[in-house]
Amino acid sequence: MAKHHIQAQVNGDEVEFLCETEETLLDVLRDTLNMTGSKEGCSSGDCGACSVMLDGRLVCSCLVLGCEVGGRRIETIEGMAQGEKLHPLQQRFLEHAALQCGICTPGVLVASKALLERNSNPTETEVRYWLAGNLCRCTGYDKIVTAVMDTAAAMRKG
Amino acid sequence: MRYEAPGTVEGAVALLAGATGEARVLAGGTDLLVQMRADIVDPGLIVDIKKIPETRAITEEKGGWRIGAAVTGAELKEHPKLKKVWPGVVEAANLIGSTQVQGRATMGGNLCNGSPAADSVPALIAAGALATLAGPKGRRDLPVEDVMLGPRRLALEKGEIVVSFLLPPRPPRSSDAYLRFIPRTEMDIAVVGAGVNLTVDGSGIVTAARVSLGAVAPRVLLVPEAAQAIIGSRLDKPAQERLEAAARAACRPIDDKRGTTEFRIDVAAVLTRRAALIALDRARTS
Amino acid sequence: MAETTTNGHAQSVVGTRTVRPDGVDKVTGRARFGADFNLPGQLIGRVLRSPHPHARIVSIDTSKAEALPGVKAVITRADFADQPSEFIPAGEMMMNYKDVVRNVMAREKALYEGHAVAAVAATSAAVARRACKLIDVQYEVLPHVIDAVEAMQPGAPLLHDDLFTVGVEPRPDKPSNVAKKIEIKQGDIEAGFQKADLVIEREFKTAPVHQGYIEPHAALATVSEDGTAEVWCSTQGHFIVRAHCARLLGLDIGKVRVTASEIGGGFGGKTVVYLEPLALALSKKAKRPVKMVMSREEVFKASGPTSGATVRVKMGATKDGKFVAATAELKYQAGAFQGSPVQPGVMCAFAPYDIEHVYVVGYDVVSNRPKVAAYRAPGAPISEYAVESVVDEIAKKLDIDPIDLRMQNAAREGTKAAYGPKFGPIGLEETLNAVKKTEHWNAPLRKWQGRGVASGFWFNIGGETCVSLTVNEDGTVSLVAGTPDIGGLRASLAAVAADELGVPFDKVRPIIGDTGSLGFNFLTGGSRSAFSGSMAIVEAAKQIKADLCARACKMWEAKPEQVEFSDGAVRPLGALAEKAKPMTIADFARVAGKTGGPIGGVGRINAQGAGPSFGTHLVDLEVDPETGRATILRYTVAQDAGRALHPAYVEGQYQGGAVQGIGWALNEEYIYGADGKLQNAGFLDYRMPVASDVPMIDTVLVEVANPKHPYGVRGVGETPIVPPLGAIANAMENATGIRFTELPMSPPKVLKALKEKGLNKA
Repeated sequence: MAKHHIQAQVNGDEVEFLCETEETLLDVLRDTLNMTGSKEGCSSGDCGACSVMLDGRLVCSCLVLGCEVGGRRIETIEGMAQGEKLHPLQQRFLEHAALQCGICTPGVLVASKALLERNSNPTETEVRYWLAGNLCRCTGYDKIVTAVMDTAAAMRKG
Repeated sequence: MRYEAPGTVEGAVALLAGATGEARVLAGGTDLLVQMRADIVDPGLIVDIKKIPETRAITEEKGGWRIGAAVTGAELKEHPKLKKVWPGVVEAANLIGSTQVQGRATMGGNLCNGSPAADSVPALIAAGALATLAGPKGRRDLPVEDVMLGPRRLALEKGEIVVSFLLPPRPPRSSDAYLRFIPRTEMDIAVVGAGVNLTVDGSGIVTAARVSLGAVAPRVLLVPEAAQAIIGSRLDKPAQERLEAAARAACRPIDDKRGTTEFRIDVAAVLTRRAALIALDRARTS
Repeated sequence: MAETTTNGHAQSVVGTRTVRPDGVDKVTGRARFGADFNLPGQLIGRVLRSPHPHARIVSIDTSKAEALPGVKAVITRADFADQPSEFIPAGEMMMNYKDVVRNVMAREKALYEGHAVAAVAATSAAVARRACKLIDVQYEVLPHVIDAVEAMQPGAPLLHDDLFTVGVEPRPDKPSNVAKKIEIKQGDIEAGFQKADLVIEREFKTAPVHQGYIEPHAALATVSEDGTAEVWCSTQGHFIVRAHCARLLGLDIGKVRVTASEIGGGFGGKTVVYLEPLALALSKKAKRPVKMVMSREEVFKASGPTSGATVRVKMGATKDGKFVAATAELKYQAGAFQGSPVQPGVMCAFAPYDIEHVYVVGYDVVSNRPKVAAYRAPGAPISEYAVESVVDEIAKKLDIDPIDLRMQNAAREGTKAAYGPKFGPIGLEETLNAVKKTEHWNAPLRKWQGRGVASGFWFNIGGETCVSLTVNEDGTVSLVAGTPDIGGLRASLAAVAADELGVPFDKVRPIIGDTGSLGFNFLTGGSRSAFSGSMAIVEAAKQIKADLCARACKMWEAKPEQVEFSDGAVRPLGALAEKAKPMTIADFARVAGKTGGPIGGVGRINAQGAGPSFGTHLVDLEVDPETGRATILRYTVAQDAGRALHPAYVEGQYQGGAVQGIGWALNEEYIYGADGKLQNAGFLDYRMPVASDVPMIDTVLVEVANPKHPYGVRGVGETPIVPPLGAIANAMENATGIRFTELPMSPPKVLKALKEKGLNKA
């Protein structure tokens, strides 16, 4: 079976790759495009470490096939910072020590960014339920939630 | 493994009807990709239906709503009108998995995955939804409760796909609710799911109802006895007790890693009552 | 030459909330974890695992796999030399190389579902998968046993015919599944119970749980034709990986270089080897690098989840609340090979209390599940769950406030713990008082809500540590540590180095060096990395300061007593100050070459003096009586850190451990079928807490300085997981009136218990 030839946009750049039908978007990002920022924690959509944005929608990249993304717009953790300037979420995660081992952090950041783009004033409960698909085993979620809400407040101030 | 993404229903049907080996429909992929990874299924052909406009549309139709089989839970939630009319259906679809999963999961896939624990199915059944199927012999409509026959067993013939769901027109003072029991607050497969849809008259009496239970039998159940238990009542205490008893009687659950038989029966009764009360409250204020 | 310590140094970095130096890479996705590294020409390795929980391996035919195009190497037990029996320390537990080689690759028997039986290296993951399916293994399936108590019964399926219980007199002449019996005693237990007005005896059962790290095990190995080898892996101890791999593959330690990647969680589960020796053996055969990553299912089935256990506790108290006697019997699953954490479980059981008469006995029992590895304070959460539950019952029956009761019996400085040592200054009372002072303690509760409190401790360890500090030509400082950073270590160590040398925090660049860059470092575990690492930095800094003072003396033609290092500079004292100006680290850096060469120091220590860390947890929860579901409403952790080098990362340890405990208490468990196979080998049905399951975890940082550490530091990483199980069980009792003696307290169990008492109504 010949591989699929896919053209898509990743973090604003046009990319081209070949993939087998059974390869997921996560496989393509990590193994073909060498973008290892998105992590593989479970391959079953239960941990969120592979979270990316697909046409502006938060998804698990392990649940999307590489051959599905032709012509689509993908945003990963690698595109979150703007040049040398960290996204406010990234900055505040550092300030609040909202990461320990850091393996869940890319997924949590992508998911949090998606939340704040939709809801600039989330309650603590809304943050927790939005992030329920991002497992973290180190932090107990406390500082993650604090960092997200603090960022939301800061971004509202402009 | 072949991947095709036809742009028409006829194209999808032809591919599936003509498949020689194992073929699977791909909508959101939140079940299929997991099963492929776990070596539970190894399809020779994957037919992606998301390029078929009909499967992705939400339109008003004859006073009701037609929802494409490949509309995602997140899209359902963002639709400005749907959750006011069918809050139970929308909340059910948005309980599937996580935010990430809701960004991809569809009601068509949820139904056709054939799990009696599917979250959106009890809500669709309670709503009285019809599934529109398309196959080599043409189109037909089936009540959603007749589509899933048992675990992984569907009433679909070879080459048939679910194209869309039709939610019927709403009489005034109607609403629905879906509740499920999971041990955590999110992410788990429903241990019990209860969907209740009802209509009340001006004086608060239930004039119509449909009750559906998930994860308590080999298929998602429509429980007419439970509906009968509350029709003609104000859902007062005696009516609630009748409702619970009817729910209990309908359950034939299994013991598994997610819940015991006894637990499922007990909780089914509790959730049915709670869902009915939420639906009643919504109906009165709708 | 006088030298000032920098404790109390003005503008100290230690104790402040700096941004961690490795942080930017972690928030941008740049940081490389175990599976993020690739080498040109690498092959993908995959393990074939036993589908049976217990089976003799009759034969293995790899010929079809070897013939598959793309397969470059296949290994089995034939590729590993057998190892003689030898016990070695592994974290806070002991292990035996004879067992290690068998766990890494099964030899005579497959002893658990998921046990590695063969492995392949191929040009792609898909080929490797196909190759594994072509390996023909003939098994003779044997009866299996999972539960520790069942495994102890005569007639239970026997895992090892050469396992004779140690610790029993006379030594048994028949093998069994009981590897070891251990005891600690103090006083006269019979006499003790005579003095008791109240005696409570209960039996508890806990299910096995997994550490639950989000990053699966990963290793990339390459072996050269001359026998040198390199390994890149996700591990808590790369020097340990090196030692194990050298031993198992018959290589010189010096020829193996291991680099620790960033690690995505370990909690004790990454203190042993699984993939590394396999990847090396495959690479040696294939003559190409081999990369191996476990799937989530493999992590659950074939790494090192902790013991399930049965614990019986009996305690006696006077009616005034004085604990007079305490005894416990612990039966812990070790998994397929001996080495459960029953010993620390025995040691920690009653350690928070000053009890005159104590007797604890523990059994290390093998059974057909994966060999357990350490899980954060290994053994203690289980035994202390049991003890704290009984303490709570005593408090209720004697109508004494549960904190007051603990306070009355609390271990203090000078208390002799039943397991041996006399405590130095400790902070248990401070944590109890801290909890009592919180608003949480006094907040009102409604019906079906309950509040629970429990204390706990971990003894903590020191150990071999080697850290190097180098002053670069521009005055920046390179810090190379050898204990993988699992949650903020680099920030803490850099702060200590900054304070010791008087340089700004952002001029210190900490890295975790590979095994070729440093002397031996014991692994990150035992809550030791900040404790020992900071001690070693003080040593290294001492060397630098002494060296710079000597250089200054030469430059200034002064005597040693005329100079001192203080506040970040070598300073001339007395009259010398008229002709010489102070010189900072940066000043010396500029003239390093001219004054003797590169400036640096290496701290090489076997850190002693680790101080125990005590904690007290307070939790409110609410039970839905109609479904049995418990919701955690509020949680407070008070724990003694000695001195918090970095308060935010100390808080993080408290919060993370508490939430792991919440999962362990309420929903996490290994569910085995009657066939001995694991039914929930994934994050869907192995239910760890998600963000919406828990509230904010409030923390109180208690600091009772550890006098044996230059900064007063105590390890903090493990204690946080010890109190939650008891605290939550106690809260459940207060909410429902029912004492749950089995974990997890999952909804079906809770509802059943409520129903039995007719309580399952709102």
